[in-house]
Amino acid sequence: MAEPRTAVALISGGLDSLLAARVILDQGVRVEGVNFFTGFCVEGHTHAIRSRDRRRPKRNNALWVAEQLGIRLHLIDVSTDYKDVVLNPRHGYGHNLNPCLDCKGFMVGRAYTWMQGHGFDFVITGEVIGQRPMSQRRDTMPVIARESGAGDRLLRPLSAKLLPPTLPEREGWIERERLLDFSGRTRKPQMALAEHYGFRDYAQPAGGCCFLTDRHYAAKLADLWRARATRDYELDDIMLLKVGRHLRPRPNFKLIVAREEGENRFLEGYRKQFTNLTTVSHPGPLALVDGEVSDEDLELAARLTARFSQGRGAPRVQVAVAHGGGEPRILEVAPLSAEEIPAEWYL
Amino acid sequence: MNRPVLDARRLLCPLPVIRTQDRVRDMAPGEQLEIRCTDPGAIHDIPAWCRMYGHRVIEIREASGEIAITIEVVSDEGAGRR
Repeated sequence: MAEPRTAVALISGGLDSLLAARVILDQGVRVEGVNFFTGFCVEGHTHAIRSRDRRRPKRNNALWVAEQLGIRLHLIDVSTDYKDVVLNPRHGYGHNLNPCLDCKGFMVGRAYTWMQGHGFDFVITGEVIGQRPMSQRRDTMPVIARESGAGDRLLRPLSAKLLPPTLPEREGWIERERLLDFSGRTRKPQMALAEHYGFRDYAQPAGGCCFLTDRHYAAKLADLWRARATRDYELDDIMLLKVGRHLRPRPNFKLIVAREEGENRFLEGYRKQFTNLTTVSHPGPLALVDGEVSDEDLELAARLTARFSQGRGAPRVQVAVAHGGGEPRILEVAPLSAEEIPAEWYL
Repeated sequence: MNRPVLDARRLLCPLPVIRTQDRVRDMAPGEQLEIRCTDPGAIHDIPAWCRMYGHRVIEIREASGEIAITIEVVSDEGAGRR
């Protein structure tokens, strides 16, 4: 008996990639999944950080999907190489800083490389024609196939009947007739298919699974580049953009203020890398200073930190200021009032 | 038992799993690894990953906001092992 054909599936953790893999498994193909960590994945991070989200399930959706399918999942950290996609997208950005077309080409390319390295036969994705305005259009799908290098070893099972036959279809590795013809932004066919397979409790992230599609996040990243006069970032930078209130009262520094206990704990891990402020006379948040600051700037930062403490109504609040892990000094300041904080300081 | 420890504290989902996967790649069946994390998601994710590849979760301890998960490498193929 011939060995079954093998496919590597891009598993995002969402419904489409779950269904695409399931449809191919149905045809007797052995499937394994890959999931790429870019640093911008919405997956998990904010749920894990904020105390108020602790009631929500904190599972990794890609792992959950792989378990539902009974397949192996390979989690791959591509965050370093992904920088070039974010900083220099050949096809530009979407509404925010989302380089969706370049991103999809990059990920399919990585999956194709994995496929070659592991002796698999083809790559599958959960792409649906017309589902996304940038990367999932009839005219951009061939671009992804071409630029990723996957060519006609890239199969989109959910829209395959609307696309030219790929190698796995032409070679008879899979039956084209048993693939699907989904298109457009409606989710009804996917939901019906999920029901058919008995999949419930699948992730439905509003606005996608990438922080770069988020207007507020993109504004903070753009601010970071402006302030540093260079378009670059480290992993810690992009993690910190997901946490806390970010205020830029002066061009030379911004303040990251924890909004609650979970964020306080998270920022605590960064205390030694930043000048940091905590209120000592009243309960309050931990705040980190990103940038070079003068004594005058520090006083302003202390007044801001006091504003977000329980001492906001007090005439004076004591704030401990430390540089990294150094000895703190105490500043006694008047908390800023809400009116003294211009809206444009908030990033 | 003197077992190696993987410090995944401060790392957020899915990095604790990725670091575990990468570490297990260089381990032999029967060896144990303790993973220390602060991301509460690791309590679900690391056991899920272990189930997928046939590794055994020996113990999960939580104290002072830290989670210690001890696993034993069981399978000799897959998971992180190729």
